Amino acid sequence: MIAVIDYGVGNLFSLAASLRYIGAESVVTRDEHIIRDSGAIILPGVGAFGDAYKKLEQSGLIPVLREQAKGGKPLLGICLGMQLLFDKSYEYGEHPGLGFIPGEVCPIAPDLKYKLKVPHMGWNSLDFKGYSPLYKYLSGGEYVYFVHSYYAKNCAAHTSATCAYGGAELTASVERGNVFGTQFHPEKSGAAGLKILRAFSELV
Amino acid sequence: MLAKRIIPCLDVRDGMVVKGKNFEGIREVESPVALAQRYNLSGADELVFYDITASAEGRALFSDTLKEVASCIFIPLTVGGGINSLEDFDRVLKCGADKVSVNTGAIRDPSLIGRAAKLYGDQCVVLSMDVKRVNGRFTVFSHGGRIDTGISAEEWAYRGQEEGAGELVLNSIDTDGVKGGFDCEMLQKVCAKLSIPVIASGGAGRKEDFLTLFKTVPQADAGLAASIFHFGEVDIGGLKSYLADNGICMRI
Repeated sequence: MIAVIDYGVGNLFSLAASLRYIGAESVVTRDEHIIRDSGAIILPGVGAFGDAYKKLEQSGLIPVLREQAKGGKPLLGICLGMQLLFDKSYEYGEHPGLGFIPGEVCPIAPDLKYKLKVPHMGWNSLDFKGYSPLYKYLSGGEYVYFVHSYYAKNCAAHTSATCAYGGAELTASVERGNVFGTQFHPEKSGAAGLKILRAFSELV
Repeated sequence: MLAKRIIPCLDVRDGMVVKGKNFEGIREVESPVALAQRYNLSGADELVFYDITASAEGRALFSDTLKEVASCIFIPLTVGGGINSLEDFDRVLKCGADKVSVNTGAIRDPSLIGRAAKLYGDQCVVLSMDVKRVNGRFTVFSHGGRIDTGISAEEWAYRGQEEGAGELVLNSIDTDGVKGGFDCEMLQKVCAKLSIPVIASGGAGRKEDFLTLFKTVPQADAGLAASIFHFGEVDIGGLKSYLADNGICMRI
């Protein structure tokens, strides 16, 4: 069973529905016993980093997440949930993150070689950087759905895919052992996204 | 590279998809869930649902429809129609919408855009505008295109962006339903000062119209249409291949 962490950030309807659709058992929860008993964890999130981290702190679940990630349980952060896995973010100030993956979250706009719209919103194609179990059902070049204005940087060693935008290479997904993160929304990425969720659910 | 999006729009009344011409002469077509599934399979990049129901029963039916669609289709869903308050945002988001489109509600109270953006994020708030030429200037109409607000389209679009809208739908009343092509003149004019994504709407009749749109108005991120897709005049899969063959970045 997959525990989808409910810490009051974002809309979990689609994520829960997509897991149900692929036949993966899941529960939206903030109960630490359920999280400990689960086979895998998904950390969702939308909105601003500082607010989300504060809410996660208030939920009291950070020690459980830390313990479970360290213990080897598959953990997938999605969108802002992925960004929270890093050391820190520079969104509206400087905020600490969970530090599960080394790197930092920075604004996209200054790093674009030519001016394009920010947020980076819409369907962009994945460029794989080596093999990832999350992508075992994909063949490369698939389009997935992004909505973000900040991205993870200085994390090349743990980057499993990037996407090209405005002459820059944006981090699209990361992984470090059992900890995974996708900047894009697999639950909104059509057939390709469902294949990614299926691959994650099979890590359980 | 970021792909241009092709978006079918479904106007839903009493649980059925309907489509008219120039905002009048509505006629029914079919089940929104079946249609949404068909569009998803043919490669639609996003779906827009407008609730054009007036009654409470119709609204409840719309919520059920939305939930059903959001439980079997996993691409972005935008919902609009009758969004006047944060409670309305909450209602449709709980049914699985990803973005909420405001139109008349935001004209009545522009602060709704900012309040919703703060609560749900900019990415969630879509400002939809119905624009028509009045004495040579592009003017915003409210109430489904019936009332001339006298507001300049350029100014309202920019104001919406500054208030916190994450995306804009620009619908041309002049070209809507005419099938003679998008209103590129209006789109260019209104897009000029914007930095948020823009969805062009109104006037698509053939696949060539989408190519003209993306070539003439590079600021347009997406093309939206309804009847040509509903009645099968243009097939989304075929349209996307055609655009990709002509150098437009598409998710195929």
